Amino acid sequence: MSWIKSSDSTRFFCAALLSGSALLQGCASTPHANASDPYESFNRKMFVFNEEMDKRLLRPGAIAYKAILPDFVEKSISNVTNNVKDVWSFVNLVLQGEGAAAVEGFMRVVVNTTFGLGGLLDVASDMQLDRRSEDLGQTLAVWGAPKGPYLVLPLLGPSTVRDAIGLPADMYVMPSTFPADVGARNALSVVQLLSLRSGLLGATDLLSDVSLDKYSFVRDAYLQRRRNLIYNGDPPDQYDEGDYSEPQSKRKQLQPTALWSADVEVINNLPLSPFVSTAELGVDAQEQLALVSDDWTRPVALPELSVQVVAQDMSSE
Amino acid sequence: MIKTSCAKALLAIAASITVFSSPTVQAETVAAVKTAQLAPDALIRNLSISVMDAVRADKSIQAGDTHKIEVLVDTQILPYVDFERMTSSAVGRYWRDATPTQKKSLQTEFKALLLYTYAGAVGQIKNQTVDVKPLRASADDTSVVVKTLVRGQGEPIQLDYRMQKSANGWKIYDVNVLGAWLVQTYQSSFARDIGSVGIDGLIQKLSERNKQLASKQTGA
Repeated sequence: MSWIKSSDSTRFFCAALLSGSALLQGCASTPHANASDPYESFNRKMFVFNEEMDKRLLRPGAIAYKAILPDFVEKSISNVTNNVKDVWSFVNLVLQGEGAAAVEGFMRVVVNTTFGLGGLLDVASDMQLDRRSEDLGQTLAVWGAPKGPYLVLPLLGPSTVRDAIGLPADMYVMPSTFPADVGARNALSVVQLLSLRSGLLGATDLLSDVSLDKYSFVRDAYLQRRRNLIYNGDPPDQYDEGDYSEPQSKRKQLQPTALWSADVEVINNLPLSPFVSTAELGVDAQEQLALVSDDWTRPVALPELSVQVVAQDMSSE
Repeated sequence: MIKTSCAKALLAIAASITVFSSPTVQAETVAAVKTAQLAPDALIRNLSISVMDAVRADKSIQAGDTHKIEVLVDTQILPYVDFERMTSSAVGRYWRDATPTQKKSLQTEFKALLLYTYAGAVGQIKNQTVDVKPLRASADDTSVVVKTLVRGQGEPIQLDYRMQKSANGWKIYDVNVLGAWLVQTYQSSFARDIGSVGIDGLIQKLSERNKQLASKQTGA
């Protein structure tokens, strides 16, 4: 395991992405294509692989971890990890230009490191200085980078292209990269991973029980969650207010329909220009696409690039 | 990432569900009538407080007695949740095409699934408190979002409720945990299933899943 070094996360990630990109070339959209998920067939395969790895390795490991270690030790480990992550959140808050939140984040780290004995105790939360997770993916979103398609990364799980770009940096700022000794780094990585997984045991088991199609459940929950994080808990409303129990004519169409509703699926299935796919549209354009009502023969004002795409689709009908 | 979110999400669903337990039947009826007439945020606040209290008081619920949790959820949650609206939102555009029998079956099965989810989440509640945020709506709004924050276990969990004013008072028709709207998350998987196996196929899938979960609970 000596090849695993502090930059291993970057290397591993790059290797995974390169091997994955070969698979992506052959991916056509499936019949029930989803606007946010043009690589669905690849993603599903990767999801199955991740689930297998989880079932065979990670989940048993996490169960053992939880059984062996006393509660307060597990809590301390997660507190220390979170404290380091808070430093990275602070950096991202600064990069996003959120002055007040950045100051709070900084205070949080200071309080936990000093009064919390180096991060072992989470005193700041008791003082109502709440955790605010920010990562590079969110920062890129705030800077205007388009979301890109949904992507299931090998072993790392759900992501989008934008979040995947920020991932190496996020993974670098973790306690496991600190020690100089390779063995210690590896041990810390494993502990971190088990710590994270064991915290989620109850919830992931419940999730498996209640989701009919776990893949799409995880995908949709992930995308909504990311959007919520980017807008810091207050995303613009995307919910379809239509009451489906009423006839079509009486239905209020005041709100835009969800990005992944059947409306956008219809648009996605239209023959698009060979040079532009919906995945290449920026996040603003995707949201504007979602504004198209049931009567989508009516032209909609869209950013330049996507206007051409949609106009072509409509005229070819 | 999603796993963390889902975990906390389900914890929060549990939090939302535990809202609905109260000690005696008489107190229930009176309380139910009173709470139904309240403003939506006051309603959520009352329910959250009473649920948290009930969970703290009852050791068997904390230990995970699924039957007891289900009874509580079944008797207490019904007056405040509009399951028909939830089901119709989750099924989406296909709802209009469904026959009344199919609609009834869909509602029954989806409700059973949701109750299982809630019960499972309640069993994971420990010692949280709920902050209900000030309501941002005008006095004559009939559809609102009530935002709450569940504190206690590390990072606060965002828990929002979509509520609609009906003849019997305010009713919940969707729950948002950590940014993911529950009904909306089911929407695409339902749409996919209906597209491939039709509404009857979806009802079949749901009922199979519910049977599986029921046997799991009795077996456990």
